[in-house]
Amino acid sequence: MTQPVIFEIQRYRPEIEDEPTWESFEVSCRPEWMILDALNHIKDYVDGTLSYRWACRMGVCGSCGMLVNGKPVLSCATYVTSVLPGPVRVEPLRGFPVIRDLVGDITDFVRKLESVKPWIVRESEQPLEEGEYLQTPEELGEYKQYSMCINCMLCYSACPIYELDPDFIGPAVIALAQRYNLDSRDEGSEERKDILLSQDGIWSCTFVGECTTVCPANVDPAGAIQRYKVTATVDAFKALLPWASR
Amino acid sequence: METITHDILVVGGGGAGLRAAIAVAETNRDLSVGIVSKVYPMRSHTVVAEGGAAAVVKPEDSLEAHAYDTISGGDWLCDQDAVEVFVAEAPEELTRLEHWGCPWSRQPDGHIAVRPFGGMKLERTWYASDKTGFHLLHTLYQTSLKYESVTNYDEWFVTRLLVDEGRCRGLVAIELASGRPYAMVADAVIVCTGGAGKIYPFTTNANIKTGDGMALAFRAGVPLKDMEFVQFHPTGLPFTGILITEATRSEGGWLLNKDGYRYLQDYDLGVPTPEPVKRSMELGPRDRLSQAFVKEMEKGRTIETSHGHVVHLDIRHLGAEVIDTKLPFVRELCLKYENLDPVKELIPVRPVVHYMMGGIHTDMNGSTPLPGLYAAGEVACVNINGANRLGSNSLTELLVFGARAGRAAAEFAANGAGRANGAVLAQAHDEERRLQAAIERQGGRERVSGLRDEMHAAMDEGAGIYRNAEGLESAISTIRELQQRYGDVALDDQSRTFNTDLVALLELANLLDVAEAVLQSALSRTESRGAHQRTDHPDRDDDRLLSHSLAFRTEGGESRIEYDPVTITRWPPGKRVYGEQNS
Repeated sequence: MTQPVIFEIQRYRPEIEDEPTWESFEVSCRPEWMILDALNHIKDYVDGTLSYRWACRMGVCGSCGMLVNGKPVLSCATYVTSVLPGPVRVEPLRGFPVIRDLVGDITDFVRKLESVKPWIVRESEQPLEEGEYLQTPEELGEYKQYSMCINCMLCYSACPIYELDPDFIGPAVIALAQRYNLDSRDEGSEERKDILLSQDGIWSCTFVGECTTVCPANVDPAGAIQRYKVTATVDAFKALLPWASR
Repeated sequence: METITHDILVVGGGGAGLRAAIAVAETNRDLSVGIVSKVYPMRSHTVVAEGGAAAVVKPEDSLEAHAYDTISGGDWLCDQDAVEVFVAEAPEELTRLEHWGCPWSRQPDGHIAVRPFGGMKLERTWYASDKTGFHLLHTLYQTSLKYESVTNYDEWFVTRLLVDEGRCRGLVAIELASGRPYAMVADAVIVCTGGAGKIYPFTTNANIKTGDGMALAFRAGVPLKDMEFVQFHPTGLPFTGILITEATRSEGGWLLNKDGYRYLQDYDLGVPTPEPVKRSMELGPRDRLSQAFVKEMEKGRTIETSHGHVVHLDIRHLGAEVIDTKLPFVRELCLKYENLDPVKELIPVRPVVHYMMGGIHTDMNGSTPLPGLYAAGEVACVNINGANRLGSNSLTELLVFGARAGRAAAEFAANGAGRANGAVLAQAHDEERRLQAAIERQGGRERVSGLRDEMHAAMDEGAGIYRNAEGLESAISTIRELQQRYGDVALDDQSRTFNTDLVALLELANLLDVAEAVLQSALSRTESRGAHQRTDHPDRDDDRLLSHSLAFRTEGGESRIEYDPVTITRWPPGKRVYGEQNS
């Protein structure tokens, strides 16, 4: 029931080589295997130096994003059978400096994530004894989709803008900002404005929509960006009106 | 070797670690906190928890009822004073999460919605659809970013605790990206590294659940408590071990044998009714359901597949609408990983290793017997879970006891404990040399994966749902042999940059130590209670063993087991009754 598959994997070991290289492995794959299972087979039984990240193996921790045949995917959620006959090319996600093999450096993403204040901002806190803030299912529905991001970076890897302009804060971070802006409990949208409307914010996006296409969590970052553009435009016009309060 | 100093170090960036770090920051902003985590915090295993978190919220519910469900579910091995604290602080902790933005599912009027879970008298499980752990973790992580006193050391792997003059004074950690080890010193260390499901081959646990914190504390002389109690969740997908949440059953799902028969009725769990009945049938506790599966398999009434025997979980009658609104992740997982649609098809499931009731011995403030060392979450054992944890108590536990450990550590650190001295730094240098030798070792005959495979086989064989002395002894001798052979492992990877081969080697040592403690504790407990079922000692024995086991590591590496009595406050040991007798 196994099938031999050739994997061409991009290797980069900074202590050994100056440039990324390619290495081929032939693996007997079972039909129920994901790409990650094949990588684990190589690591455990063929070459322990192969390096990549993984944790949950159920598509929710966001660790194991990589390019498979040029497409950004979660390797734990992509069947080997879906990319046959091979050879199957496996590379690190585009857009991130490679630390080693399939491991990219995401520190820049984490800095951008922090920059939009992804937490509830309020003038005053309701005491805990008074219980929860009320939020109807409809109010929850306003932001729920944007709260589903698993920070897997597939959208950055797919985004042609990010590839050209690494300062662009990017799809997932804008969606996260919108997740809080649209939360009925939050009052922080003013504080997030500067960064969202900056040169590296929403206006960089030319609405290619690749981010939404590759998102494994159905977050629709492209929709989040478009929606914020509309909000920002309406706000800008309102501010021009003579009776607008300042 | 560089030294990094903080007032408090938190090991692990999952739910418990983040909650502890925030508690320190909110207690005293002058204390600097470093969170040292082997993965980015949002990758932590908290992320996979599905069903929900328990806390009393309905007016007809009560703290007593939550305590009773927890204690009877734990087969009376819970410390009842700790359970009382736990149930009392649970609602406040979940409300705090709500204030921090957790997208809890709501009722039409905007209040929190709750659902029932296994072993519960009343609905008290708060949920965020069926990705509760995911939302809880991301809420905590994002909230933690607003505290300037908290610094993250992401993808740093802790290899050793530094102990001097009877106090924990820091740790050694490798920055994975560079491969450099650092001495990290602090007045207090809070260990929040989660469980150790990876001592078994078939588990819901992520690859990262290698018992690191348990092994670190164990080797620093701290006992591991109640390690024989390993929870097998009754509904995992075959091959992958992916968990199908208990919420499928609280929403009305059925467990069927190969004849389509709701077999739980044959195991003293009540009578089948079309609608779910609390503390009955499919809403019985996890230990009893997993044990019923084994009995059913012995009767030849399960279904044989290429990945072992299974039964069927049937949620078809719930309909697409309920499944899509309340169990969307279940449908997604089945479609993605099992190629089936639970709206139309039966889900094959089998028991799967899920949770460690045992862990680092702590009191209800997260303090361990080693001053300066704290622990919280799955890595710790307070013990509120007894011999079997109730579903939806673990997320609440990591919040309540993460916060308590953070506050206790903050108080300890604020009392000025004195900083690292020469002896501590000398230990750190020893550790640096040990790590270097492990990377450079040449000519070894063993591979990490080979030893790990043998450990898995031994644990599967000897320490499953049912155990006996013979099987446990045989598994112990295998583990002892593997610990000897560990010294003969040579790595493929001798570089420094992001060396995951080295991490796997260090994790293997942790796994072996934890596995040994599980086996010795299981061999020593000559009774059956909760998740620990001995075929050679089938009855509960309160006269001799209403006690927590404590495994101490000895010079030779073998565990020595001692016992500490269970604290009983208001609920004297009784019979666990599930099914119609209870209603």
